[in-house]
Amino acid sequence: MNIVVVSGSNVGEKTSIAANKVMNVLKEKYSEENTISILDLKKLSLEFSDGRNYLDYTADTKYVTQSLMNADVIFFGTPIFQASIPASLKNLFDLLPQNAFEYKTCSIITTAGSNKHYLIPEQQLKPILGYMKANIVPNYVYILDTDYDKGTIINDDIHFRIDKLVEDTIILAKAYKDIWSQQEDSYGF
Amino acid sequence: MNNPRILPKIDQSKGLEFGLYTLGDHLPNPHTGKRISPKQRINEIIETAILAEDAGLDVFQIGESHQDSFISQAHMILLSAIAQATNKIKLSSGATIISTSDPVRVFEDAATIDLLSDGRMEVVAGRASRVGLFDLLGYDLQDYEALFEEKFDLFLRINENETLNWNGEFRSPLKNAQVIPRPDNKEKGLPIWRAVGGSYASAQKAGRIGVPMYQAHLGGPASEFKKPIDLYRETAAESGFNINTLPVATAGFFYVSNNKMDAFKEYYPHVNEGMKITNGQGFPKQAFAHGQDYRSVINVGDPESIIEKILYQHELFGNQRYIAQLDFGGVPMESIKRNIDIIGEKILPAIKKYTKK
Repeated sequence: MNIVVVSGSNVGEKTSIAANKVMNVLKEKYSEENTISILDLKKLSLEFSDGRNYLDYTADTKYVTQSLMNADVIFFGTPIFQASIPASLKNLFDLLPQNAFEYKTCSIITTAGSNKHYLIPEQQLKPILGYMKANIVPNYVYILDTDYDKGTIINDDIHFRIDKLVEDTIILAKAYKDIWSQQEDSYGF
Repeated sequence: MNNPRILPKIDQSKGLEFGLYTLGDHLPNPHTGKRISPKQRINEIIETAILAEDAGLDVFQIGESHQDSFISQAHMILLSAIAQATNKIKLSSGATIISTSDPVRVFEDAATIDLLSDGRMEVVAGRASRVGLFDLLGYDLQDYEALFEEKFDLFLRINENETLNWNGEFRSPLKNAQVIPRPDNKEKGLPIWRAVGGSYASAQKAGRIGVPMYQAHLGGPASEFKKPIDLYRETAAESGFNINTLPVATAGFFYVSNNKMDAFKEYYPHVNEGMKITNGQGFPKQAFAHGQDYRSVINVGDPESIIEKILYQHELFGNQRYIAQLDFGGVPMESIKRNIDIIGEKILPAIKKYTKK
């Protein structure tokens, strides 16, 4: 499978650190049969969406849209800005076709400064992924700023939960792919 | 209200018009992985038009595209070659991207083809689904909507007036400008359609100015595509036009084989792989499988099921013309020939018999 990890913030470091932690787990346990890559929006320069076909963008924007469209599994790392996902991540969604995540399994890692926002991924990010036809992993990992120190995640619970999220995501993606492949064989053409 | 538009002449006593269209895609055949040369592709398009005429089809249409994996950039030149190679079949562009062209030049080209073909030329004008041509031809994508509306309006005015005065934003003004040659008919103009790709607003705009509507479909239930057509007719009626004089054409994927499942097996990889390359997303197999239901707008199957579907769609849409796209995604010439043979022998006689008025 083609696995892509997105760090959806263009500022700060916490989302990037969490996304790289997911990358490390993937590389350690799932690198044999899969292709794994990261898209860190902080390091990429994206245009604003203007509604064109995703193939008609150029440079970083085209690279990012094509990488996501070619993925089988996507991990979305997102901070919480003003009680929602950041504009950088929403723009990423706007750059893609409406059913971009059809047959793709998607999961979420959130970083935030306060526990008061723990339902933002549930109520704001999941509806977008659902609208774009993603097969969404039900649970997600929510990481607070107090879980970090000196550029690493210091809370063991977060490490365990990221391990679990990665495992849950790969299991769901494999099962979903296999079921669809059986279903498509049954169509008789 | 008297409609100033020049409308296509469709003899409904002969039944629903049946045509073919190609977008001029130049893609590998997914069954073999091989792609023919641009020269061979162009020759095969011309050969397809000749075969369509021989089989009794009414229309042959070519779309303009400037993106990778297409050879129809100069679609008017291809139509011009077909005008010379055929005698009876109506010719149409579909769609001409009027937004990124000079309407004066488009009219000059199309009117010349009309003279070459003894009055068989029509134009379907559209906005482009892919937008690489804006950069290529020196236009700003920010003007996507405005360019189309202004240039389409100018194109209609040129069509309806040999000499005109005109001022606009995207082209230098015309002062007592004479646009020639003129088609050799009473109105001295061409039938011009507006291409609608499923947008309600676009269908509404076509109705508001009383131009015929050409609607292209990918997949889904036919009943969904009735809605923009209804809106088109409602808007045209509200704007004072007699909707009985305004034709509607519908177009979409078509592939026939004597065995229904063979048609799906053969055509699906062409559609799926072709769309991946040209549009960035394949056609989901589940959605294509819905094409086996008579209510689907995908006209793929055996001759009997396709006849049933086209008649069902005709009943829903009240369309005057149906245009089949059967060469998409590297369909080899022998399959195109087989399709045209079956259309001529089985499908066309049945469709005409049940739809003539």
